[in-house]
Amino acid sequence: MKQGRVLYESTLHHVTELDGKVQLKDGRLIEEHEVEWLPPVETETIFTLGLNYADHAKELSFTSPLPEPLVFLKGKNTITGHRGTTVRPEDVEFMHYECELAVVIGKSGKNIKKEEALDYVKGYTVANDYAFRDYLENYFRPNLRVKNRDGCTPVGPWFVSKEEIEDPMNLQLRTYVNGEKTQEGSTKDMILGIPELIEYLSSFMTLNDGDMILTGTPKGSVDTKVGDEVMTEVEGVGRLTNTIVSE
Amino acid sequence: MTRVNFKLQGFSQLKEGTLHDDFQKITIDEKQYNIDQLKFDNPITGTLYGTLLNYKGEYEQLKPEMNDKPYQKPPQAPVLYIKPINTLSTHQNPIPLPEGEEQVQVGAALGLVIGKTATKVKAEEAYEYIKGYTIVNDVSLPFSSYYRPAIKQKARDGFCPIGPWIINQNDIKDPHNLAIKVSINGEVKQENYTGNLIRPIPELVSEVTEFMTLYEGDVLLIGVPENQPLAKEGDQVSIEIEQVGRLNNRVVHEDNVFVSEVAVDEAR
Repeated sequence: MKQGRVLYESTLHHVTELDGKVQLKDGRLIEEHEVEWLPPVETETIFTLGLNYADHAKELSFTSPLPEPLVFLKGKNTITGHRGTTVRPEDVEFMHYECELAVVIGKSGKNIKKEEALDYVKGYTVANDYAFRDYLENYFRPNLRVKNRDGCTPVGPWFVSKEEIEDPMNLQLRTYVNGEKTQEGSTKDMILGIPELIEYLSSFMTLNDGDMILTGTPKGSVDTKVGDEVMTEVEGVGRLTNTIVSE
Repeated sequence: MTRVNFKLQGFSQLKEGTLHDDFQKITIDEKQYNIDQLKFDNPITGTLYGTLLNYKGEYEQLKPEMNDKPYQKPPQAPVLYIKPINTLSTHQNPIPLPEGEEQVQVGAALGLVIGKTATKVKAEEAYEYIKGYTIVNDVSLPFSSYYRPAIKQKARDGFCPIGPWIINQNDIKDPHNLAIKVSINGEVKQENYTGNLIRPIPELVSEVTEFMTLYEGDVLLIGVPENQPLAKEGDQVSIEIEQVGRLNNRVVHEDNVFVSEVAVDEAR
């Protein structure tokens, strides 16, 4: 079942998907553009993987394997919902999207073995983890000014329970800018797959219910301009739309 | 007398009290208590952000390398990091020493507790957004490179004791003139003061909120001074910040953190 959180007629509703429409708990069917979309889950700690697709790492001129997985954290100020907007600051020359499969953790655990890792997964959603490359500096890179800006991480529209996704390590990722496909890849090309990521993170810290792991993006990141509509899609999970706006 | 807000274990909402006698006593609802009688809980409700390289001494130590690889040039904007929820801990709670590690670094930090939504705040208005001050021990495993986020060193369970309380912002006349002292087993290991900042508090708040919103209950650390002391299993760590308080925690092997100190001693 696909689940979401929306505002409709000034009320917060927990909704499900039916025939491409939004169904309220009382049965009413609403068109998806008639509701205001909130992030489908309320998150606690948000992990993000950098350089987790070999082709994207190459695109960024990283040729040798990393000594450790590149993990960084995000604050809740970054999260916004489907059909939202993200600001492109005036002084930025290169702002690109990153289409990612987001994994939502369902129960607390430490030292989780990769063979059992999927037991700790509650489900999935789509994330678009924008980067503002002009602000990259080589201290705790990627620094928070690049990756922790308000509303720079749309997620949604739906949370999809893990039972609905047969193989999360074989899903197509695609990004369309104003309807034109600009990025395509597959989760099977992750350097560290979901079980390995959960094993790695939980080897040194406790993962909790509600934590979210953004698993990285494949190659194909291009600059986006004010007014662009960016649609990031993960096969079977959803299509997330966001519009770039000026300050 | 200083007004403080704090959280007690078993009580879900913040309480208010007044401190006296060099942080030895506290008055709550007209009754006086010794500090040692109370079980404090983490008073923070939001996200905790740390600031790297904001003490002049820490900056100077790295400065000779800043034009070399991997840094290439000195940092332009504040360098921040997040201490996630699994790290948050409280006064008198043990600091877990991970299996296989010999010692942890003590990170003595003054925390700015945000009082209302702060977006693109002007430096001259920064204090209006600060509800108060608290002490944070930004515990870390030692690390030498600042190139990548130090998640594996800084995001360990229980690596961020906070408290014991939040001192009202108005009660600290000059937050840039507070002595910081770290003691281990009663012996002073580090002394510094909050005036040694690259970006003073108003500029820090302004430059950070230029690109990210701080919400009520979030905490922004002003930085951690250089030459962080190391603590090993069994060490009693105390961070004292003048006019703010003392934050005490003992380093305990990670297998023993859930049981009482008495049980730990018996197990030895």
